[in-house]
Amino acid sequence: MKKIWAWGALLFGLLYFTLPLIGMTNFSLKMRRGEYSFDAYAKVFADPRFQETFSYSVLQALFTIVFGVLLVVPTAYWVRLKLPRLRPYIEFITLLPLVIPAIVIVFGYIRLYNTSSWLPLTGSLTGTNILLMFGYATLALPYMYRAVDTGLRTIDVATLTEAAQSLGAGWATILARIILPNVLVAVLSGAFLTFAIVIGEFTMAALLNRPAFGPYMQLLGANRAYEPAALAVIAFGITWGCLGLIQLVSRFQKSAPPKA
Amino acid sequence: MSSAKPDGSPPARRLPLHWLGILPFAAFVTLFLILPTMKIVVGAFQTPDGSLTFENIRGLFTPSILAAYWISIKISIASALLGCLIGFAMAAAIVFGGLPKGIRGPLLTFSGVASNFAGVPLAFAFLATLGPVGIVTVFLRSNFGLDLRMLGFNLLSFWGLTVTYLFFQIPLMILIITPALDGLKREWREAAEILGATGLQYWRMVAFPILLPSLLGTLALLFANAFGAVATAIALTGSSLSIVPILLFAQIRGDVLGNPHLGYALAFGMIVVTGIANAIYIWLRGRSERWLK
Repeated sequence: MKKIWAWGALLFGLLYFTLPLIGMTNFSLKMRRGEYSFDAYAKVFADPRFQETFSYSVLQALFTIVFGVLLVVPTAYWVRLKLPRLRPYIEFITLLPLVIPAIVIVFGYIRLYNTSSWLPLTGSLTGTNILLMFGYATLALPYMYRAVDTGLRTIDVATLTEAAQSLGAGWATILARIILPNVLVAVLSGAFLTFAIVIGEFTMAALLNRPAFGPYMQLLGANRAYEPAALAVIAFGITWGCLGLIQLVSRFQKSAPPKA
Repeated sequence: MSSAKPDGSPPARRLPLHWLGILPFAAFVTLFLILPTMKIVVGAFQTPDGSLTFENIRGLFTPSILAAYWISIKISIASALLGCLIGFAMAAAIVFGGLPKGIRGPLLTFSGVASNFAGVPLAFAFLATLGPVGIVTVFLRSNFGLDLRMLGFNLLSFWGLTVTYLFFQIPLMILIITPALDGLKREWREAAEILGATGLQYWRMVAFPILLPSLLGTLALLFANAFGAVATAIALTGSSLSIVPILLFAQIRGDVLGNPHLGYALAFGMIVVTGIANAIYIWLRGRSERWLK
């Protein structure tokens, strides 16, 4: 009785989740009348706009990851080491991007950093690119901070720091050669999640008018029939890849000997 | 002045240096999270020349904007409730249902992927499934003679958006509630059974009250999650369905409301709604953590 009920719930869920995936895959293969083909994918990959926007978003994601790591790792380390009482407050701030919708944050950017403001970031292309990168870093902050902070919990920050200091290491050395390697798995998890978020992000890029992959997908969706389905399959593959890599690196950590 | 401490360094000189360490972080969140949000909040109460007014907030209470908020809230509540219900059923199935052990891992991994598969591609996937020529629509029409459109279902509507949002709501529920279900101690069930409780009584009088805070809390989180979703809605409906995020998007792009400061008020309203939902979540999570370790 209980088993039938459990199988029922599971099968219902599986049906709901697999149908859209089958639907988009099926549709993406039907561009040629009467037979399955990869025409839609060929069309997408050959589109110069696809290549431009995709590489733009990849580049943005990489910059966001580097910036996020440089911002979050020293901060989380410092808070654990010297300012533990601040930890709940910092954690609360890092969760704010989950509360405040992205569209509101970017609206604030547009009004705060327009051409007539004290910091006219939207006045130049480089400035807007940097602003978008900061926006992505903000969106990724909850995931990045939580990942790194969890990683730091598993190591003895104070002892490692004292040991390094007594051997003559400065702060930069401690961070780069002691702390970062020890939380590398956590940092990588945060990095892959950041990549998955940034690569398909639509709202911020569209409102800041940058040629990112998200707005490109939306534009194609409004004008084409089969290519969007192919893009959906590609995007799902990327998300799956990023999350799969997280599983892979965390398994790597689990198989490593536990810390003493 | 007291004499110097044995370790030699007076505490007064070390204190400010401690704080310098989080300066970059503080500067970043101030400039790119706090100030932009404050700008919106303050702008909602300002006239174009900068003086205080409640006119913008009052401007929200026009039929078209209220209708936009109402349908947004309805979609968010419906997708949060259904997401909780279905997600709970699936999580309960893998935790208590006696299913093969091998199902649990892949389902949780898939939930991680699906909860992040939102935005534009998700809309495409549902268009290819439930859209006018989607795989399910065509299948039902050619095999059972059922026309979804004739039955009143339209992907570009309340139910269409709700069904689509469930694709990331259900997995989020599974990810959050599975650890909570794992936290239900076997002893509690055994104690209840020894005292003569039936399965239903155990659920109604022991498990459910313990889980209630995390259920309600997750409900609030799912609500805020759906309420702030922009990309899926725009890619799915264009601008044919007037929900708050779409309205705000159009307003930022081209001032469709004809009053820039009404845009601030619209955004402020969104912060208030998601803020309340998340405050409920945080409060209830604190309560549920008392029981589930």
